[in-house]
Amino acid sequence: MALSNDTIQNKLEEKFGDQVLNFSTASGILSFESPKELNLKVLQYLYEEPSLGFTFLTDLCGVNYPDNTGAELVVVYHLHNFSENIRLRYSVSTSIDETAVFTASKLFESANWMERETYDFFGVNFIGHPNLKRILNVDEMDYFPLRKQYPLEDQTRIDKDDEMFGRG
Amino acid sequence: MEQQSHITLPKGSIEKTTTTLNIGPTHPATHGVFQNIMEVDGERVVSTEQTVGYIHRAFEKLAERRPLYQITPITDRLNYCSSPINNMGWHITCERFLKLELPKRVDYLRVIIMELSRISDHLICNSIVGVDTGAYTGFLYVMQYRELIYEIYEEVCGSRLTTNIGRIGGFERNFTNTAFTKLEKFLNEYPKVLKEFENLFARNRIFMDRTQGTGGISAERALNYGFTGPNLRAAGVDYDVRVQQPYSSYQDFDFKVPVGTTGDNYDRFLVRNAEMYESISIIKQAYQKIQNFKGAEAEVYHADVPEYYLPKKEDVYTKMEALIWHFKIIMGEIELPKGQIYSAVEGGNGELGFYLISDGGRTPFRLHFRRPCFIYYQAFEELIKGGMLSDAVVTMSSLNLIAGELDA
Repeated sequence: MALSNDTIQNKLEEKFGDQVLNFSTASGILSFESPKELNLKVLQYLYEEPSLGFTFLTDLCGVNYPDNTGAELVVVYHLHNFSENIRLRYSVSTSIDETAVFTASKLFESANWMERETYDFFGVNFIGHPNLKRILNVDEMDYFPLRKQYPLEDQTRIDKDDEMFGRG
Repeated sequence: MEQQSHITLPKGSIEKTTTTLNIGPTHPATHGVFQNIMEVDGERVVSTEQTVGYIHRAFEKLAERRPLYQITPITDRLNYCSSPINNMGWHITCERFLKLELPKRVDYLRVIIMELSRISDHLICNSIVGVDTGAYTGFLYVMQYRELIYEIYEEVCGSRLTTNIGRIGGFERNFTNTAFTKLEKFLNEYPKVLKEFENLFARNRIFMDRTQGTGGISAERALNYGFTGPNLRAAGVDYDVRVQQPYSSYQDFDFKVPVGTTGDNYDRFLVRNAEMYESISIIKQAYQKIQNFKGAEAEVYHADVPEYYLPKKEDVYTKMEALIWHFKIIMGEIELPKGQIYSAVEGGNGELGFYLISDGGRTPFRLHFRRPCFIYYQAFEELIKGGMLSDAVVTMSSLNLIAGELDA
């Protein structure tokens, strides 16, 4: 039986009840959320349940929604079932003051660096990660640059003196 | 009685039996900015720690300030050995997100460009594996054909390495006759050269001894490590985005997905080599299909999407509407729809994904690049542990790591 988005949704709701929520389909990919405490349970169920078989972690990244008070940071997992050729998007959110999320690196080796990257840019603290330190930025950096509170420089500012660089 | 020794270590010092060796950040054997802090016991690698990020340029942050068409030049600088694939991948992501339909001819032209750049990418990787095992000839010989590929790019878009090729909705201009002539020359001459290149290596005893059984990985571990592309296929998993989730009309083409068994350096070499033959066949099919277009259809090189595709310069100077669109596009004043999309293409070294979130503004709210070599480089330690240091060098080049993509 081919696996469809509806089947996945039913299976998840059967197993986790109202703990899995906000199901939606965007460009053919089913997305859903759950409380962050459940992330390992959900990922493990998706991995180990034979009829689901989401054993490939395509991508893991962070997103910062500064206006969602209490759920400013989101960790997004993109999973893939190769044999059924179906993708799935799963996300958990966490507050920016208390950013602890369980690590998925025990389940997927590939999560190791992707979680380090998410920590590096968003400051998500992955509990149980074997080596949670900065990966692309310098170790001495004391902020998390992809958070929305650090805007890029205004391209139209005129108060800069560029004469030293021949652009004056 | 205390053991006699020529070297007297200071009292209390740890008697370390391994040597710490820094390879990189710049080293002739790494082909890019990579650092490895290795613990070696003689010539055996005990452990290694990869340091990445030396050329990190914060592309994801930059993308949050740019309209869609200004993000294309950023994608050039990911995997710069096959930048047209990155450009096309980004255009395809935008087109899927904006729900644009493209003419078939555009799809086929894109397929030609993407397969050419897959060849140039694999060519570099395979010939560098040759260089690292001591055979420089192949590398210098195939450079001629990479040059020919670059001349075709140049004819199509005006630049060679960081191409910025194509636009959302199609190409910036039609392929010229020169481009097609050069393509024909390439299709005529290159298969013979590839055969010669293959003969230099594939059954070469020295090359086989150096690459077989080194840097191997099982299919299960490769999947767990998030391998994609030729490296995953060399381990025996026939996952190819072009087949699983066709884009740009790849479903219209007939091609094989070569797979290996052991996932070692030799299999990776063979898989890439076989893929180049498949790419040639795809280009031939696409060229044939393009020649079959007649009349006005044979001149189509972009879709009719005035919101995203720049109008002709003559029109900008003479027509009000074209002038308005020109300004709106250049100034980035087009509002995007709300939503999110994950879209992937088969890049030179694996699944290149774009995760785009839009909040309805003029620029992406968040753009994440799924960079294949960032993900599979994690496995490097497992691949080389217990092996010789000189095999680690070969493993590194056969993984097709591109620093620009790794560090984004």
